[in-house]
Amino acid sequence: MTDVDVRDDAHTPDQKSAPSKASLSELAAEVPGPHKAPVTWRTRSRSVLKHGGLILFGLVMLYPLLWMLSSSFKPNDLIFREPGLIPSDIDLGNYTDGWTALLHPFHHYLFNSAVIVVGSLVGNLVSCSMAAYAFARLQFRGRNLWFAIMLMSIMLPIHVIIVPQYILFSELSWINTFLPLIVPKLLATDAFFIFLMVQFFRGIPTELDEAARLDGCGHIRIYWRIMLPLSVPALATTAIFTFIWTWNDFFSQLIFLTRPDMYTVPIALRTFIDSTGESSWGSLFAMSIVSLVPIFLVFLFGQKYLVKGIATTGIK
Amino acid sequence: MAVVTELRKSASGKGKDPARKSAAHRGDAKAALFFLGPWFLGLIVITLGPMIASGYLSFTDYSLLEAPHWIGLDNYTRMFDDPRLLNSLKVTFTYVIVSVPLQLAAALALAMLLDRGLRGLAFYRSVFYLPSLLGGSVAVALLWRQVFGAEGLVNQFLALFGIQGQGWVSHPDYALGTLIILNVWTFGAPMVIFLAGLRQIPQMYYEAAEIDGAGRWRKFRNITVPLLTPIIFFNLILQLINAFQTFTQAAVISGGTGGPADSTMVYTLYLYQKGFASLDMGYASAMAWLLLAIVAGMTAVNFLASKYWVFYND
Repeated sequence: MTDVDVRDDAHTPDQKSAPSKASLSELAAEVPGPHKAPVTWRTRSRSVLKHGGLILFGLVMLYPLLWMLSSSFKPNDLIFREPGLIPSDIDLGNYTDGWTALLHPFHHYLFNSAVIVVGSLVGNLVSCSMAAYAFARLQFRGRNLWFAIMLMSIMLPIHVIIVPQYILFSELSWINTFLPLIVPKLLATDAFFIFLMVQFFRGIPTELDEAARLDGCGHIRIYWRIMLPLSVPALATTAIFTFIWTWNDFFSQLIFLTRPDMYTVPIALRTFIDSTGESSWGSLFAMSIVSLVPIFLVFLFGQKYLVKGIATTGIK
Repeated sequence: MAVVTELRKSASGKGKDPARKSAAHRGDAKAALFFLGPWFLGLIVITLGPMIASGYLSFTDYSLLEAPHWIGLDNYTRMFDDPRLLNSLKVTFTYVIVSVPLQLAAALALAMLLDRGLRGLAFYRSVFYLPSLLGGSVAVALLWRQVFGAEGLVNQFLALFGIQGQGWVSHPDYALGTLIILNVWTFGAPMVIFLAGLRQIPQMYYEAAEIDGAGRWRKFRNITVPLLTPIIFFNLILQLINAFQTFTQAAVISGGTGGPADSTMVYTLYLYQKGFASLDMGYASAMAWLLLAIVAGMTAVNFLASKYWVFYND
């Protein structure tokens, strides 16, 4: 159960030869016989019903998000009067108001978030892949023990270490800098990704690096020239999840960044209600939409890796 | 599922023999030092060190302003007399026990509907998965606050049927419910895992069952569920651990207070308030260790119980 096939077209050969890929009663129904016509009609109506239900359910699921999108274009007094999705009047005022509603213009917070994201991305990609190489390819004393410790550290709640971390970082005068949020990533503390890459590295044939060793390659070159180029899917999954988690992260940014000029997007959004009052839902929604756009884009372009990543490892 | 499999392996000693030295691996130790260096430093400085320190702090009275002062087990005994802490445990357990089974049931139901060969599967999967990515954000928490507010979307909808709704997020009886709905709403991630698991079940089992005349329910009950138990177990562990540590949504929806009337005061929010608002860091550390004990205990119980209901085919 270590690597799960999640391709959409993952049909086993015997399925292909089966008359229908659809539900089981349909399979039985496809046996040729005199009553074929009414059965097809039944199958079709069942399929229409199923698709109708799924679409309806999907719409209900996404309705709040679509509604927020539509409301972000509505003047404030309209937001609460019309629950419909099509704004009667498109108004970008919420975006221009929202952008400047806080102490700093919104791009200031976007920039802060981006700095932390880029730092975390570099950190996780480099440090986790290095550690994964050691666990997947090197033999050293206590490897299984360290590996087990690494696995357990994945499940450690951050709350157990956050207080001493705060003390440590404040001793170093790192509070209200991005260092407490980036430096741990450079030290591979997101052990989850180590595990993800170990799984992937184990799937790469050892013959490749053995051949390279015979040609006189050292471990650094094997890691850099063979393992990394072959691990693009794992690296992409790591990058995507690092991006989303860091962009959404609230708890640690709330703790380490207390000065308004260091605020990131989530922290800034939270202060919105305090600084503008409950009356400005429109501009709050507009900035919320702005904050979700990067995640949505990553989702759109990285879906393949996202789905594969979740299915093999179970991350959120 | 892989983490669980690996842990089972290393627990049962099925892992590979470690230091089997061979010519091909000469010099590995040195290289390992290089490749594991950053991780090892992080483990000591960022993870294990602070873990030990927080263990120590949990036996002290510490406010960051003066040196920690040893008070023995006082923080731990204090917890049992702290009504707000006991309440936060109740809130968190309610949240976990209600939302996780609902979330997994929704995930499994949708995964069954989306199984093999459905036209537009990738599209549906994306639609149902999207909330999982966005659900952890502050933006969605703020949206929830509005959707379930007095004038919010839910009440606008209810008004269509002439029902007079109320401010769900500001009512002590319902505020936690909105958080639970938010968690159930993110069923997409476990659904994708279920989908992958369903693909692993050989089609021939179903075909054989059909020949024997099994109906839909029998096939679900006697083939799908037993073969899916490792995945169900994995999702359960994962979502339990996640749900226990929920913070962002409760903090944002309640405006940081855990209100109304502490009804959304989840455990981690109370920990945050104690440690970082009241600077009662000794107490917060003790709370953190209790959290660890609960999460670890719950995971251990699940692992033990899994012997009786999880079917491993290996």
